[in-house]
Amino acid sequence: MLDVIGVESLDEIFRSEVPDEVRLDRPLDLPPGMSEQDVNDHLRGLAARNTSSDDEISFLGAGMYDHYVPALVDSIITRSEFLTPYTPYQPEISQGGLQVMFEFQTAISELTGLPVSNASMYEGPSSVASAGYLAKLETGRRKFVVSRGVHPHSRETLRTTSVGCEIVEAPLDDAGATDLDRLAAAVDDDTAAVFVQQPNFLGTVEDLGPLVEAGKRTGALVVCAADPLPLGILEPPGSFGVDVCVGEGQSLGNRLDFGGPSFGFFAARESHIRKMPGRIAGETVDAEGRRGFVLTLQTREQHIRREKATHNICTSQALNALAGVIYLSWLGKRGVVELAELMLRRTHYARDTLGLAPINPGPVVREFAVRVPDLDELFTRAREAGINPGYRLGRDYPEYEDGLLVAITERRTKAHIDRFAALLQTVAA
Amino acid sequence: MSETLTIFERSREGRRAFAPPPLDVPEVPVSDLLPESAVRKEPAKLPEVSEPEIVRHYNALSKKNFDLDAGFYPLGSCTMKHNPKLHERVAALPGFARLHPLQDPERAQGALELMWRLQGALSEISGLPHVSLQPSAGSHGELAGLLLTRAYHEERGQDRHKVLTPDTAHGTNPATVTMAGYEVVKVGTAPDGGVDLDDLREKATEDVACLMLTNPNTLGLFDRNIREIAAIVHEVGGTLYYDGANLNAVMGISRPGDMGFDIVHFNLHKTFTQPHGGGGPGSGPIAVSDRIEPFLPRPQVVRRERSNGSAGEWFDFDYDRPKSIGRLRGFHGNFGVFVRSYAYICSLGADGLQEASETAVLNANYLKALLGREEIAEHLPLAFDRHCMHEFVLSGRGAKEKLGIRTTDIAKRLLDHEVHPPTVYFPLLVDEALMIEPTETEPKERLDHFADAIRSILDEAKDDPEVARNAPYTAPVRRLDEVGAAKRPVVRQPL
Repeated sequence: MLDVIGVESLDEIFRSEVPDEVRLDRPLDLPPGMSEQDVNDHLRGLAARNTSSDDEISFLGAGMYDHYVPALVDSIITRSEFLTPYTPYQPEISQGGLQVMFEFQTAISELTGLPVSNASMYEGPSSVASAGYLAKLETGRRKFVVSRGVHPHSRETLRTTSVGCEIVEAPLDDAGATDLDRLAAAVDDDTAAVFVQQPNFLGTVEDLGPLVEAGKRTGALVVCAADPLPLGILEPPGSFGVDVCVGEGQSLGNRLDFGGPSFGFFAARESHIRKMPGRIAGETVDAEGRRGFVLTLQTREQHIRREKATHNICTSQALNALAGVIYLSWLGKRGVVELAELMLRRTHYARDTLGLAPINPGPVVREFAVRVPDLDELFTRAREAGINPGYRLGRDYPEYEDGLLVAITERRTKAHIDRFAALLQTVAA
Repeated sequence: MSETLTIFERSREGRRAFAPPPLDVPEVPVSDLLPESAVRKEPAKLPEVSEPEIVRHYNALSKKNFDLDAGFYPLGSCTMKHNPKLHERVAALPGFARLHPLQDPERAQGALELMWRLQGALSEISGLPHVSLQPSAGSHGELAGLLLTRAYHEERGQDRHKVLTPDTAHGTNPATVTMAGYEVVKVGTAPDGGVDLDDLREKATEDVACLMLTNPNTLGLFDRNIREIAAIVHEVGGTLYYDGANLNAVMGISRPGDMGFDIVHFNLHKTFTQPHGGGGPGSGPIAVSDRIEPFLPRPQVVRRERSNGSAGEWFDFDYDRPKSIGRLRGFHGNFGVFVRSYAYICSLGADGLQEASETAVLNANYLKALLGREEIAEHLPLAFDRHCMHEFVLSGRGAKEKLGIRTTDIAKRLLDHEVHPPTVYFPLLVDEALMIEPTETEPKERLDHFADAIRSILDEAKDDPEVARNAPYTAPVRRLDEVGAAKRPVVRQPL
């Protein structure tokens, strides 16, 4: 190969191209390579030092949830044909991936009640921030009004990435729902977008109608972050007139993975399609008139429009979105309702059974918040009993210093809930 | 069935795959638990399909994809190197895959140690002391980098509003500049393919916040003036951002930190073998210099000494970072990607990583030499004729003028040779560009086959250019109408 290149050694190339002053003159200070079996064992050792949701009864949620991932998801997404291609820049040999995107967009559109969806975002909170960026482009305004019911990570991400924007938070009321009057009062002619979440971070089912109305009064966009599984039984945000619905997709067939990779979704009203971020698959025909799919509306995107692009996103989360659409196909039209109803009933059963003072006593689904007299004591005793009681709200909400957020999925049975309740009895005693 | 149905078209009322767990709590009517206005009126029209038919559907779709495990994939700038199979196995270990991100750090020590070790390795490879693993992909890392730049200048009371990007830059660079609230100023390319120093000197003014650069650049060329470029930008107080998309060329050979860069992003889905998944997931960690460190996103993974007298150290998240720009996303980044990339670094070690880069450069120069032979080069001349690093760029202008076929025709005809085409029409300053990155995991025979395929396409076009113009013939579909798709977008199935 060197003869063909016409050099004596590979080093001749490096010497001619890489100046000495930037050439590393020593080996990298990293351990030597390892055999496959040694790497395998080393990684197993690290994995064994974590307490996973297989090792305890976990009521931990707060944005990612211990749902069952069916075996067919693993089986399909580990196929090389889905696992190893790049973004489908050559549509003729990427029809599988492109059709998956089209199916994904259709499923997300159905769940959210909005006509257009992209093919995925990185994850939830950065999707919320991207909705803010869209609102800025669409309205030219620079103020965001954000309910404190929106996930704390979403609010923080929005703050990090919204250069030159003012962010006003609308508090929650005594029932753990967005305070409508305070939100309405914060919305003015400078407001680009109003952000709410359904169900909100505490699990409260928000009364979206009046919130949307208050948000739209001055021409701002209303952005609703949503958990896609409860949307099986909740009226979709699109029906209330929201402009954009975004969210975290982990609950749809994606594993916990210590927080990622999962996927975000981004759906909107039709009028926003030419400013939306991310890949969008569209239907078309080939030279023989057969149906096919391509990446479309690419004049929004960075590789075509460069500094005039509507977002910089390139690689997103195609494989995770595939897991999402397989999962939704597995659940099916009736299954998504049945699963959401099961979560709804178990959530209410758990809140009633645990017998702690609720922060959000109204309608809740998949999660609820309670006040616990001695959280430290509870966590110590719970750990001994093999239970993870949930998420301590005080980290993000000084107003709920004694608050505990308890998440329920189809994996948390009545028996688990009853054990948690029994534990609380002993802590109280 | 010549045409694949969608999963929605396979739906038949009453069919299903999912069997719900039994209801073990009281069957309270939904109307007692939710207000009427909140209850869904129309069910979401998800498909009703049995498990065997779902499996067949997606298997059939998978067969319409070309993938890296099927054949050569020299997609420039994308580093389509082998994705080791071990990585899928270890990433799926329940201790990782079923670990909740809000688990108490004391009970996630293995995960945190893995992140801490990966940070250390990326720091050493880049020559920059501090790493954040949080960004989700390269473009997300770029956004992080410019937000860090902004925070750095703001703390010094400086209002800078321009960011310099070469005209060869990836599209994500200028797009990121706009998102971060800066103005793009383009810097030209010199005849040797590097940054035009005179143009840079002229544009490097006191209001420049940052220069974003890829080195080797998107032409596959190492910029030999890199130290001088860094000096020019630092002299006016700007930061230097290194787009790590091409890091696969220089591991163990040259380090961005030693070149003078302040901020680097890594594409773990390129250099560090995360499978690309047909468009993600990726991961875009950043490494930074001391002066940028205070502003890094939070939380940071840190190692702490035990304070209670017991021996040893433990790993934790540090949220107490008052100057931090804040979060860029939820939780801690794409951890599942970290597992794979960490396994890769463990497997190769210091020598192996360097050898990977060296072999990538060897393969690229070998393929460049094969394609530089006269019968090919007269149609596909090299854009810049010097030793390349891990990739190189040809121009299709000869083929267009002499044979009447365009770069897109060559790309489509390559599909019939069972190789993935190179990146086409980028970088923009090369007419009819073909950007070719073979990577280190390809054996010589694959490179030879690619050169043969290119030669045969050109030969065939001499006789009949229509063959290439109408290609592909063996793909699941013929050429697709992209213009029509954009004119009247159909982006979901009507149900």
